[in-house]
Amino acid sequence: MKQILLAILFLIFFSQISFCGRVYMVKKNSGLSSIQAAINQASNGDTILVFPGVYTEKNILVNKSLVLIGKNYPVLDGEHKYEIVSIKADNVVFQGFKLIHSGVSSLIDIAAIKVFSKRNVEIKDNILDGTFFGIYLQKAVSCVVENNQLTGEGTTDQQSGNGIHCWQCDSIRIIGNSVKGHRDGIYFEFVNHSLIVKNISANNIRYGLHFMFSNNNSYIANTFKNNNAGVSVMFSHGVNMFNNIFEDNWGDGCYGIFLKEITDSYISGNQFRRNTTGIFMEGANRVKVKKNQFIKNGWALKIDASCEDDTLAFNNFLGNSFDVGTNGTLVSNFNHNYWDKYEGYDLNKNNVGDVPYHPVSLFSMIVSKNPSAMILFRSVMASLLDKVEKILPSLTPENLVDHNPYMKPIRL
Amino acid sequence: MKKIIKYVIVDIMRNKIVIAYTLLLLAISFSLFNLEDNTDKGLLGLMNIVLIIVPLICIIFSTIYVYNSAEFIELLVSQPLQRKHIWISLFAGIAIALTLAFVVGVGIMVLLYSFTATGLILIGVGLILSVIFVAIALLAAVYTRDKAKGIGIAVLLWLYFSIIFDGLVLFILFQFADYPLDKAMLVLSGLNPIDTGRILVLLKMDVSALMGYTGAVFQNFFGTAIGMGITLLVMFLWMIVPVSLSVRKFRRKDL
Repeated sequence: MKQILLAILFLIFFSQISFCGRVYMVKKNSGLSSIQAAINQASNGDTILVFPGVYTEKNILVNKSLVLIGKNYPVLDGEHKYEIVSIKADNVVFQGFKLIHSGVSSLIDIAAIKVFSKRNVEIKDNILDGTFFGIYLQKAVSCVVENNQLTGEGTTDQQSGNGIHCWQCDSIRIIGNSVKGHRDGIYFEFVNHSLIVKNISANNIRYGLHFMFSNNNSYIANTFKNNNAGVSVMFSHGVNMFNNIFEDNWGDGCYGIFLKEITDSYISGNQFRRNTTGIFMEGANRVKVKKNQFIKNGWALKIDASCEDDTLAFNNFLGNSFDVGTNGTLVSNFNHNYWDKYEGYDLNKNNVGDVPYHPVSLFSMIVSKNPSAMILFRSVMASLLDKVEKILPSLTPENLVDHNPYMKPIRL
Repeated sequence: MKKIIKYVIVDIMRNKIVIAYTLLLLAISFSLFNLEDNTDKGLLGLMNIVLIIVPLICIIFSTIYVYNSAEFIELLVSQPLQRKHIWISLFAGIAIALTLAFVVGVGIMVLLYSFTATGLILIGVGLILSVIFVAIALLAAVYTRDKAKGIGIAVLLWLYFSIIFDGLVLFILFQFADYPLDKAMLVLSGLNPIDTGRILVLLKMDVSALMGYTGAVFQNFFGTAIGMGITLLVMFLWMIVPVSLSVRKFRRKDL
């Protein structure tokens, strides 16, 4: 027992020593007025404190395991030419800076902060303003990107980069950031086992969130709002999306979420409000969509015939112009949803309607074949067609049916 | 002229059918807003009422009223009054009375339960449609001497505007599906006041769905000030043209 205690004490003592690096103060008009100079002097485990001021140091290269802390947001200016900070060491903490005017290039991806193939880097509490790419993680592992505010000023796809861009990463945590005005708010390619929590991605030129070939990631409590093309996710499996909000994504080819070739995923507790299309599924297999709210969307769901074995249950569909649109017969399982357009009855009072609900209306089929027909929406003719189809179904997919529709909205 | 309008309004107000119409609208809008817990669904129901019931009642009631006051019109014609003034005051009287009924029946409820842009547009469309269908009814009535035939024509016109026209549009849409029809659809919708009114309401009610491919065309047109101006102009023409045509006919009509 004594030995163990001693061992613990010994460990604590030595760990204290190993973390107690020196502290360098970088201040304008003092002996040490350049961050790069401080980095060059420091050794692994040291801390660099940067005091307020504008630092134009072209490219700052962090090649040692340092803690860089900015006090009251010292400004690092990239003069519209340079990549501002390049991190090429493990265990770096980069916190509390304001980075402005990174270079813009259509040949190389210039970022405000770039991490090159390193581990355990923490990028926290920074403000990025007018940057091309914001935070760029390349082959990074176990990194944290937390509470950063990114504002791009791109106007076209070519002239803007992504806010938080991760390529070939693993075990990344992206928490509480806000991204505006970039090409894609959050962009992943080949990123696995990562966690994306409480971020706000709004008013981006292309997608709020965009990922490809990124498996086993979780997206929790994020807000994707008013992005030019909503959220687009492709070619991935094991995607978990919980309690996110997808709002105001308007336009043709603009979706709350666009799921392409997504398999074995779980979408739950999300809110889809006022999107042209809430969820668009193409080649999505074994995806569970449960306990979501679809409110006032143009189409709550569009499911292509290429989808198979998806489960849609316990969702609320409220005030959508169309509930479900499809382009063929469908092998997906709808069950226990609440549809505000349901007109059936409940004789045994178990809160489950006795008549199955067919969420695809004839008119939504007509519109999907011939978009101009939208001009007849809600006309007497259109309602007549829908009523006739309800009594004698012939054109709408027969097996797209909710056998147990709820009578009242589900409390979520 | 003012006196005739006043007389017509008072006469219609005493009419049991208009009172019943007002009460019907009131009952429908009250129950629609109270049945559903969300007012949007109530508005949706009311939209159907505004686009179907209001034109129907307006066109049939006005036609019948014109035929029933044939003797009164003959009396007026024997007075030193211009025929044009007589006819226009008759139109104004009926239109004012029916729009008043609409305001009491639907307008108040909408203002109480759903004082939104959608609600206001709905009231506006209802008012305009009331006037337009009174104008069309007068045109139908002045061209036929026989009462039964006149009412038949009125009903047919209503049927045409609310159902047959849309059927034709759907037919055209599918026959010419290979061609870009967005602009043509805009023009086509202008040929039917009910469709124009419906699209105006849709632009507020289903804006998310309309922002899709074709919808964007409508939004770009109706959403702008110019598009809105043109739409209102078209609606206005739908009031003016039938009335002026019927005035021309009435001036030369052998009573």
